[in-house]
Amino acid sequence: MTAARFELRKVWVPALLLIILLLLVALPYGRPGYTVVLVYTILMYIVLTMSWVLFSAPTGYLSLAPAAFFGVGIYTSATLSMKLPLPVVICIGGLASSCLALLVGALTLRLRGIYFAFFTFGLVELMKHFVLWYELKFTGTRGRFLIPVDNNTIYYVMLTILVALLLTTYFIRRSKYGLALQSIGEDEEAAAHTGVNVTLLKVITFAISAVFTGAAGAIWAIRLTYIDPYIAFDINNSFMPVLMATFGGMGQLYGPILGATVFSYLREILITRFPYYYMLLIGTILLVAILYLPNGLVGLIQRWHKRAPGGQHANT
Amino acid sequence: MPILEAEGVTRYFGGLAAVSQVDFGVDRGEVVGLIGPNGAGKTTLFNLISGALAPREGAIRFNGQNITGLKPHSICKMGLARTFQSVKIFANMSVLDNVLLGSMFGISNSVPPADAAREATGLLEFVGLSAVRAVPAKDLTLVNQKRVEVARALATKPELLLLDELMAGLNPTEVAEAMELVTRIRDKGITIFMIEHVMKAIMSVCDRIMVLHHGKKIAEGTPQEVATSKTVVEVYLGE
Repeated sequence: MTAARFELRKVWVPALLLIILLLLVALPYGRPGYTVVLVYTILMYIVLTMSWVLFSAPTGYLSLAPAAFFGVGIYTSATLSMKLPLPVVICIGGLASSCLALLVGALTLRLRGIYFAFFTFGLVELMKHFVLWYELKFTGTRGRFLIPVDNNTIYYVMLTILVALLLTTYFIRRSKYGLALQSIGEDEEAAAHTGVNVTLLKVITFAISAVFTGAAGAIWAIRLTYIDPYIAFDINNSFMPVLMATFGGMGQLYGPILGATVFSYLREILITRFPYYYMLLIGTILLVAILYLPNGLVGLIQRWHKRAPGGQHANT
Repeated sequence: MPILEAEGVTRYFGGLAAVSQVDFGVDRGEVVGLIGPNGAGKTTLFNLISGALAPREGAIRFNGQNITGLKPHSICKMGLARTFQSVKIFANMSVLDNVLLGSMFGISNSVPPADAAREATGLLEFVGLSAVRAVPAKDLTLVNQKRVEVARALATKPELLLLDELMAGLNPTEVAEAMELVTRIRDKGITIFMIEHVMKAIMSVCDRIMVLHHGKKIAEGTPQEVATSKTVVEVYLGE
């Protein structure tokens, strides 16, 4: 019976994913612009969260660098979008971010635990002030304008980045490197003594995750139309992925996706309906989630699943 | 030619010489024991061999190649594996995945997944853990966690295996099983270098024993020679 269920899963999971993808591809047709903007905002947060999850969830290294990578993507776009075609700009944005990640990773991934978190937090501030200094000193401006692109283009670029990210995550998880990343999170010393080149693997995975954050930043810059270092290197973009992934639950791959979707949708609703109480409500929701959902939304779903008749399986 | 050789290996922690001017050799196919009172530098010596620490002076050669100061993963890939005194398992991964990592990242870098799985399953059978292969490693008893470590180390296909206190904390039955396991590993043609406090085990399993005290090698020889050595008795029991 278990085998039959397993086979069934093999069929309906890809089928469900394909249906969701088709629905997302068809979404902009005949929908108001607001819906498209709302959905690509959600997609953007899923990209930020999932690329954070790609590195930080298995290894246990708490990275607060996403805002730095996102900002590098934004500035790549701001400097190049008038000179080069959009897909090229997006790719360069991703590559520039991953170069920064390679450099930072090689320097700092020997730091463990809270020190790594501190350093990556500092990196965001450093990048912000470096760019600010550069702009004031050499270009004499504080911010930059970008030529807007229509919403559907932004939507499809964001969707493409997300699909590429999810495929990358899936293949890394399935490969032996997925197992190795997990072993680093469990016991780095033992992993090294079992033949895993822990430093190289960490640096490369960190750089891969930065590609997607940077690419998302590059397209997001065009949606923002005006950017300055404070907008580009907003530290909230580092905390959001952590919050969203925790809110969704990191036990399963779909957890952070669910968390990012629900959380960014909630944010949007609360910000428009209750502009004055928005922060208070978000804070309350987070507190309740941490107190009552230690394993995030995934934990909640698994609890329901277990209660449903026939849903319970012994795992020994 | 010895499989493992060390010359003048020295490592300080602050002003304290944890391991000082130690020379030794381990021959292929031998089971060599390393004993000494607490704090003698036994685990530090293992850390120096496996690359967890780099020596300040001296050289370590494995199969004739200088491995001094190499990273642990490179040393592992050359065919030198180890277990840890305080078990270091991948607690939330299944027992099978723990061992699978060794098959996938050991001396061969490109093992097809099916072969790696077959090897890992075989090794779990070898150490007697087939029944619990799907259980998270953290849910096992201490003795079984130690077996996971042994299986994971063997999965990397070592020529030399360092066992750091395999038998500490085990009951007499488990010690007997562990001794039998060590013999079976030797019968596979793997050379063993082991730290042990359980004298009964070390006396009956080892071909040769080295004694460390305050970071220095003070005696070496067959179990009989070491057991009757005046210096060794003095170190353990006082003058």
